[in-house]
Amino acid sequence: MEIKCTQILTGLSLAVLASTSALAADINLSLTNLTHGSHFTPLLVSAHDSSTHVFQTGQAASSNLRLMAECGDTSGILSDLGGADMDTIDNPATGLLAPGASTSTSLMTATDNTHLSIVAMILPTNDGFVGVDSLMIPAAVGTYTYYLKAYDAGTEANDETLPGSSCAVGVAGIPAAPNSDGGTGATGAASADSNTMVHIHRGVLGDSNPTGGLSDLDSSIHRWQNPVAKLVITVN
Amino acid sequence: MMNLLKPMSIVCITAFFLSACFHNQDDDAMQEHTMMYQISVSNLSNNQALTPPAVVLHNENYSAWRLGMTASTALEKLAEGGDTTDFISDANANSAVAASQVLSNSPIGPGSSAQATIEISHVHELKLSVATMLANSNDAFTGVNSLDISSLAMNESLMIDVMVFDAGSELNSESAGTIPGPVDGGTGFDASRDDIVNFISIHPGVVSMDDGLASSVLDESHRWNGSVAQIKVTRLQ
Repeated sequence: MEIKCTQILTGLSLAVLASTSALAADINLSLTNLTHGSHFTPLLVSAHDSSTHVFQTGQAASSNLRLMAECGDTSGILSDLGGADMDTIDNPATGLLAPGASTSTSLMTATDNTHLSIVAMILPTNDGFVGVDSLMIPAAVGTYTYYLKAYDAGTEANDETLPGSSCAVGVAGIPAAPNSDGGTGATGAASADSNTMVHIHRGVLGDSNPTGGLSDLDSSIHRWQNPVAKLVITVN
Repeated sequence: MMNLLKPMSIVCITAFFLSACFHNQDDDAMQEHTMMYQISVSNLSNNQALTPPAVVLHNENYSAWRLGMTASTALEKLAEGGDTTDFISDANANSAVAASQVLSNSPIGPGSSAQATIEISHVHELKLSVATMLANSNDAFTGVNSLDISSLAMNESLMIDVMVFDAGSELNSESAGTIPGPVDGGTGFDASRDDIVNFISIHPGVVSMDDGLASSVLDESHRWNGSVAQIKVTRLQ
């Protein structure tokens, strides 16, 4: 009897441990762009294990994070995460997410994929992005709300110019102002970042001169205050 | 789960709860022992050095500052010049304070972090307060006031992005000679209270010469949005 009892208790404690770390979760996500006049490029949403990070503040951006932050291209990070599947949703909004707009998606997370990361570039910026890194997905059924900040990848000078050319990593300038509300002729708002690690974005400067000045961004349209996005997770 | 539970005898369940009970008693005994915390401050600004942060572990009867209230002279010295001497000695003179420490010997630059390990005897309702100046400002400081860390279990961490406050003790002129940080090398602490208010608020942010304040020695690189630092607390013992 004693032996049997020990075996049952061991089995029970293993089952309890397993249920907190390895049970698949069915979750719905909704993300809203809270900015006044900035778009999000196609989002990447992924559930992954607790040791994976898409970005970390205070650390240098990976080359694939840089590609996302400077050009809105998530292909490198998507590849790092093993491609699109039930845990990783690429581009749930099928394109840009406009100011005020929301998008929703669902994940069926596999065993051990207990943490969630989301990233998208903010347009128009040089290398600003919205995101959350390795957020622990709540275990209990319920609805959970989070507010996300804007980050700076630390890889490109925030010169706030709109050269109108196609985007390439390491090339100065902002790829596009999606609402065609940018200016021309700016001399450049900033040289290289002082903080070359991923950090909290200081916000865009902009100016009120559409054909000159320091910035091609409009200070009355393109600025934001944190938070820049609302994330709602529903654990089913 | 239900299938596993079915064959379990009453004896087994009793044994399980008894062992849980003994475990709790062990926890109570442990609480009289030393506790150890690692405190880390990470600078997430673009171009604001953070002066060496003052860290205080205390109970609910100590408060380093209150929003909307006048800053103490000790906090004024910290927020205007990065000088933690009085802030630390005021804390140490308070019976609600278990330990205090200056986290680093030199300022923490953008993208860098500093950490220290602090040991204390058990404190009921343990709180953490941290204060550090944004060196390229008149009297901006960041940190946290009375963050409850009493529920942290062993090896558990808590991370928080903290707000920037205005001490309300010096006018935000941003002008030459008034900012002690590397951009200016100006005066730090000045006993006069010449701000438009004399209370602590959320900092409105710096304006800078690039945004129309021609007399500012700051440029757009010194601005921030909401938060400039992340504090991480890990209970090690």
